[in-house]
Amino acid sequence: MDNSHQAYGQLMAWKRDHLMTLFIWLAALMVAGAFLWLLGDLLVHGATHLSWSFLVDAPENAGRAGGIGSIIVSTLLILTVAMLAAVPLGLATAVLLTEFISATSRFGRLIGMSLDVLAGVPSIVFGLFGNVFFSVYLGLGFSILSGGLTLACMALPIFINTAEAGLRAVPDEWRAGAAALGLSRGAALLHILIPAAAPALTAALLLGVGRAMAETAALIFTSGYVDRMPSSLMDSGRALSVHIYDLSMNVAGGDANAYASALILIVLLMIINGIAQSLSEKLLQRRIITA
Amino acid sequence: MTVIEKNVCCTPSEMSSEAFTLGPLQLGPPCCDPEPHIQIKNLSLSYADKTALSGVSLDIYRGCITALIGPSGCGKTSFLSSLNRLTDMIAGCKIKGEILVDSVNVHAANTDVQALRRRIGMIFQKPNPFPLSIRRNLEMPLKEHGIRDRYVLSHRVEKALTDVGLWDEVKDRLDSPALALSGGQQQRLCIARALVLEPEILLMDEPCSALDPLSSAVVEDLIKSLRGRYTVVIVTHNLAQARRIANYAGFFWMQERTGTLIEFGRCQQIFEAPAHQLTAAYVSGARG
Amino acid sequence: MSRSRTDQPLISVLAISAVIAAAILLLILLFLLRESWPVLNKVGILRFFTDDGWYPLEARFGLAPMLWATLAVGIGAVLVATPLGLAATLFTRFYAPRWLALPFQRMVALLAGIPSVVFGLWGLTVLVPFIAAFEPPGASLLAGILILTIMILPTIALTADAALAAVPEHYLRGSAALGFSRATTILGVLLPAAKAGITGGILLAAARALGETMAVLMVAGNVVQTPTSLFDPIRTLTANIALEMAYATGDHRASLFVSGLMLMGLVLVLAMSASRLGGGRLHG
Repeated sequence: MDNSHQAYGQLMAWKRDHLMTLFIWLAALMVAGAFLWLLGDLLVHGATHLSWSFLVDAPENAGRAGGIGSIIVSTLLILTVAMLAAVPLGLATAVLLTEFISATSRFGRLIGMSLDVLAGVPSIVFGLFGNVFFSVYLGLGFSILSGGLTLACMALPIFINTAEAGLRAVPDEWRAGAAALGLSRGAALLHILIPAAAPALTAALLLGVGRAMAETAALIFTSGYVDRMPSSLMDSGRALSVHIYDLSMNVAGGDANAYASALILIVLLMIINGIAQSLSEKLLQRRIITA
Repeated sequence: MTVIEKNVCCTPSEMSSEAFTLGPLQLGPPCCDPEPHIQIKNLSLSYADKTALSGVSLDIYRGCITALIGPSGCGKTSFLSSLNRLTDMIAGCKIKGEILVDSVNVHAANTDVQALRRRIGMIFQKPNPFPLSIRRNLEMPLKEHGIRDRYVLSHRVEKALTDVGLWDEVKDRLDSPALALSGGQQQRLCIARALVLEPEILLMDEPCSALDPLSSAVVEDLIKSLRGRYTVVIVTHNLAQARRIANYAGFFWMQERTGTLIEFGRCQQIFEAPAHQLTAAYVSGARG
Repeated sequence: MSRSRTDQPLISVLAISAVIAAAILLLILLFLLRESWPVLNKVGILRFFTDDGWYPLEARFGLAPMLWATLAVGIGAVLVATPLGLAATLFTRFYAPRWLALPFQRMVALLAGIPSVVFGLWGLTVLVPFIAAFEPPGASLLAGILILTIMILPTIALTADAALAAVPEHYLRGSAALGFSRATTILGVLLPAAKAGITGGILLAAARALGETMAVLMVAGNVVQTPTSLFDPIRTLTANIALEMAYATGDHRASLFVSGLMLMGLVLVLAMSASRLGGGRLHG
């Protein structure tokens, strides 16, 4: 090859390498910038309105004033309903998929595929479904129960997926050991496998809670807007995310409280996701120690 | 029942039962006067795509230690797992032939697998105590088999731990996690966990291979002391160990891509006067 | 597999639960169809595409402008988020100084956990006025694209990261042994090797963008029109459902369920192709 040609090629490669480095750094700066901008706004606008009374007081004047006491109660109730419905159903499904049928069997594949698809359904579609099925067809109306059950359907795939992974991470030696002692599968699950997978199952629960808590669109037409303190599960109750939406879109002058609510929502989600993550990491470490 | 004097395979000194609380020797007719406990007739075992074992027939004698030797991958572990139907847990595993334990067909459709496994304990290569306390490891199987009385429970736990020589080491920390024990202690706990159900037969799959030499020697002595009380089938790669502890030995080898039993006989005969040249080559260290 | 008799009741309970879990999807489809049936039966599916406007009370059911708006905002976001998301991954893996890599990655993961309504709030109060300062009204296709970009960027970054992690180590060593520059290694060896996983992640992000409701609803202006410029206010299919469901009745309500079905079809095609490409599971 001609010498000057080669030098030119090297120069181009050098240039390309540097352009690439420049692009990557610029992009990373933009992402970090957007994140910090958003976080900064949340902190600045949100933190100034935070106080203990904001957390416990009832909303006044459509939420412009007062606190979010009743909103937090409604949110917790909706989440409780969602998890009470999703956890037994999800745990049973995960146990069936890991312990009793092979993932490649027709039944296993059918369930797995259906859950995969369910995970991809847009949240507004869950809202439509929850409205017609729970609120209208089952006659639950706009209620905490309708909203919670709708969120249970939404959170089910992520719960099952995480729980399944946790159960699969339990060493097979324990399964063989339990079987060799003549324990029934049920006893092995109850006494050994489920306790051993407990951190992952907790992580699954928390991820499900996180998913449900972040949801807005599925709740507008199921649990509704009412911001009073709910007196039963059949009452409409306004979730925190719906509160943020309503304050910012429909209430002039509600931005400050919307930001404060958003900050609380995010802090709660960060705590939940953080615990979930450290639990799964802990499980991973223990696997390494016992392996 | 009295200890049988004409036993020549197991010298009386080895059978001294003072350390034992599971009772005097009852199971053992002399190994030289064998009575079949497990009869295997023309057993073949295949996984989804390959045959692991074919045409295995032998009798395993009551109260004796039977060692299964041979190179890796020739079906010894598969053979062992088929005896307590642990092969059921492997999808696509098929078994042909017959296995009779006290003339009851193990692989019959109506066999109560849980009751069967209660009679046949199993020890694995890697110690596998459950992630529970030492006490719960032993109590839980008992409770699952319907023993609820607290006095009986604690009594059986102590007996089992004493039998494996672990009682003095752990009696002050029965409620600490079993996984905190050393490897050798864990394996002895697993043996205790099998013994606590008072089985008749013990299957052992290379129980010493994952242990350090000292722990290995302790566990080996323990196994030796089981002779006469239990029918023991042990898979081992350690020929010297087989020779030290076994009354009978079976030699497995790969032939035509499937594991099969080449020779079975008294331990002494297999090691000192093998009938088959493959056996002779293997025990003299020439092959495998 | 052995099923001893004592386990049989347990297995029955588990199987029933699994069937219920799997049946939810079927139930959703059934009820969407049931609710949209009256209007589908009366006017047919075609008129939802051919009618010249969305005046459901006057029996004009043209969803086309909102379909275009949905596609425009979704594709726009994917186009912006893909290079940024890939760059974020490459940054943490190869370019960031050691002390920065982990915090940066944590930050991206955190971004993934922020709920859409918070993005919407921020977009509405910060981004929209910012855009309006240059080109009123601010609430626009552009605002929608930008907000969606921030939202789906972590999806792309995290799936690409998993795909890159799965590239065998010896590819990298081989490339280094040939004396390739960093850019050549990345563009010529790594990205092609991880192509399937990355594409899967992008499709997943696209599905998320098209299915997103709240954030777009809050920043995009919600005027029913086919977008002709980046600064036009638009209304997506999802936003339309959220806005009108509260008061819709009769055929109007049924036609909202039709748009729900349409949306679900759109998103499912994307999600299925994503999982076929092996770009990770849809959830988790």
